Amino acid sequence: MIKVNTEDHPWNKPLTVQELLDEKGYIFPHIVVRINGQYIEEDDYATQLVQDGDDVLVLHLMAGG
Amino acid sequence: MARKILKSYEYKPAKLNRGYTRKSLYINVGDLSVQAKDISQMMIDKFVGGKGFDLYYLWHATLPETKWDDPENEIVMSAGPLGGMTQYSGTGKTLVCGISPMTGIPIDSNVGGYYGPLLKFSGWDALELQGKSDKDLVIFIDGNKGLIQIEEDDGLPEDTHLLNEKLTEEYAEDEDDKVNISVVCTGSAAPHIRFGMLNFSFYDPRRKTCRVKQAARGGLGTILRDKKIKALVVKFKGVKPNLNDVADISTINKIGVKYAKEMHDLDQKQNGIRKIGTANTVAIMNKYDLLPTRNFQAGGDPEAVKIYPQVFIDNFITQGIHDGCWYGCTMSCAKTADHFKLLTGPYKGQCVTVDGPEYECVAGLGANLGVFDPRAILEENFYCDTYGVDLISFATCLAFVMECFERGQINLENTGGLDLHFGNSESVLEILHQMSRGEGFGVIVGQGTRRCKQIFVEKFGADPKLLQDIGMEVKGLEYAEYCHKESLAQQGGFALTNKGPQHDEAWLIFMDQVNKQIPSFEDKADALYYYPMFRTWFGLCGLCKLPWNDIVPADNGKTDDPAKVPEHVQNYVDIFNAVTGKSIDKDELIRQSERVYNFQRVFSVRMGHGTRAEDYPPYRSLGPVSKEEYLSRQEMYDKQIREVHGKDPESLSIEEKMLIQRKHRENQFEKLMDAVYKRRGWTNEGVPTAEHLASIGMDLPELLEVLETHENKEK
Ligand code: SF4
Repeated sequence: MIKVNTEDHPWNKPLTVQELLDEKGYIFPHIVVRINGQYIEEDDYATQLVQDGDDVLVLHLMAGG
Repeated sequence: MARKILKSYEYKPAKLNRGYTRKSLYINVGDLSVQAKDISQMMIDKFVGGKGFDLYYLWHATLPETKWDDPENEIVMSAGPLGGMTQYSGTGKTLVCGISPMTGIPIDSNVGGYYGPLLKFSGWDALELQGKSDKDLVIFIDGNKGLIQIEEDDGLPEDTHLLNEKLTEEYAEDEDDKVNISVVCTGSAAPHIRFGMLNFSFYDPRRKTCRVKQAARGGLGTILRDKKIKALVVKFKGVKPNLNDVADISTINKIGVKYAKEMHDLDQKQNGIRKIGTANTVAIMNKYDLLPTRNFQAGGDPEAVKIYPQVFIDNFITQGIHDGCWYGCTMSCAKTADHFKLLTGPYKGQCVTVDGPEYECVAGLGANLGVFDPRAILEENFYCDTYGVDLISFATCLAFVMECFERGQINLENTGGLDLHFGNSESVLEILHQMSRGEGFGVIVGQGTRRCKQIFVEKFGADPKLLQDIGMEVKGLEYAEYCHKESLAQQGGFALTNKGPQHDEAWLIFMDQVNKQIPSFEDKADALYYYPMFRTWFGLCGLCKLPWNDIVPADNGKTDDPAKVPEHVQNYVDIFNAVTGKSIDKDELIRQSERVYNFQRVFSVRMGHGTRAEDYPPYRSLGPVSKEEYLSRQEMYDKQIREVHGKDPESLSIEEKMLIQRKHRENQFEKLMDAVYKRRGWTNEGVPTAEHLASIGMDLPELLEVLETHENKEK
């Protein structure tokens, strides 16, 4: 199990940040990802793995319509 | 041009210094008096400019009992001290205020186009229009000559696209001079409806046509025509980078260049707003269940792919042209569909330029009416603009009316034979044409949701409770186009606003619903304090909100509070100081807004409104009204029943589950109100306290007097 934006999310095998974003349907292009508080560069989304127990924050940066 | 000149007034245009002319222009169209007023230091210190100046003048022009169509009601407009800069994106906005025909309290609307900046360069920080004329008028200001003329209409066209072209042609000396003209007007529907809007023009030399942006909300166009003002025209030649005579031009240039580079490098990656404008978010909203569909019943629809941004880009929207609504805006979001052939109405068969579509247009006139046809949306867009119809109020009100029709609350007899099932774009367009002609069911729809509810109940025997639940208005103003019932913070972001549910105070759906960044009531209240105050500031200064956060610096994500976009906030602080010579910081920026925000709230209180009782949303804003809505999100709602209420959803009927949800959600909203009022320094009834006004330096005697009167009444 991992946490995504404070909520439980099932984890079956190591997956990349990009795979997690796809799984969650997070298509908004304007996001910030932090794993256990650590900022992840966008260039690393395709390679950075999310492990069991990780606390992932996916901040969608839209505070104004 | 042979229009009869009813009044001429010559003046010496005041010189700008540090963003201000310190002069405002008062025109009474009833007795044709014209007056130059001085803007005091107190006004600058407490109200800054823009919407602040507008509200200050409006307060002193009106009485607590003033109605929107009383002669003393005003239309006030002002560009703000930063308005008219050309070095930073989004610095050409005009703020317009008046007592609204929709809400009976002050409305404010933020609009692009050239009128406000050219008015300022003509010597006027603000313009007040008061009184009522008995004949149609054009008010012309020549900022180079220092001349104001009030002219009698000699049969000018009613609709915006024709009127703008004609007036621009008439007042310009030649083709090159047309960019120096800006027209404010509305269209043929405005006298027949309550949500008539104002179009502000700018001439587009590439397309050789007048373009428009809208001061759309609250019926300002309806007020304009009630005063029998056909158009305002300003002419000023000589726009250049430092007309504001700023304190520190090099800082402004430096920040401007840096921002332009960000835009150039990052737009394609972050947003693509330069290709399609704000409609870029339609696909996102659909995917995140936020695109209001069929009167906010759902947050999206599989058919919405037909109205995705790429469809408009591929088929309609002119690409590769810089499209700023004021000089120097590198965000350039004001897109158009050119050579668009109309299929209905008085201009059927003609090819026109359609300004848009913006997000609200595609979401409102499209998904929310069940119209998933990009052509029809553009035609609706064009007719809303040229007829002077606020498309948000139109779309949200008509979505409600269509749901009433589908649920059998009104019928063909009531609608004059119009089939108002969702998706019927022919009927949508016919309603618009009826508004323009001032006839038929269109005129009823044009009264807005609140009055439609009353008419449907009283005349057509509709169910008042259902209509109250599904009519998406608060304070008499229609909701903007976001399906937000799973975000408590945004429910407050809409309902706990000064003017009514427009998204320009706070848009917190992602922070709340997706990011889960603001879980507690206190967190939500903090957000509903900070963002409305921050965003009010754009309206004080003459700024556009979009460049703040539609593009962010590449390293924004590494900052402590990326949602606030700290670097851009600092840009605004630095630019404000560089223009005015003051030295505010980001906290004083918020305080500047807070003064005006509280002033506006007390203004509403003074008019017998502005209290908790008027901040309640319809239930459709909070949760599922119908069984179908519940079933469409059953998994999520059942999970909530299990986790939040500790009950087994399998053992409950849908009606029972809906009741549990309703009680809970209404209760949550009450708690949110308590927290927000507390955070804003207001009583539990939503009224600012004298202590709070003193703490922000806004304890003006006229405000304290209103609070005292209100308190005495309550006793
Ligand atoms: S971002 Fe768009 S609306 Fe804002 S000033 Fe620029 S062109 Fe106008």
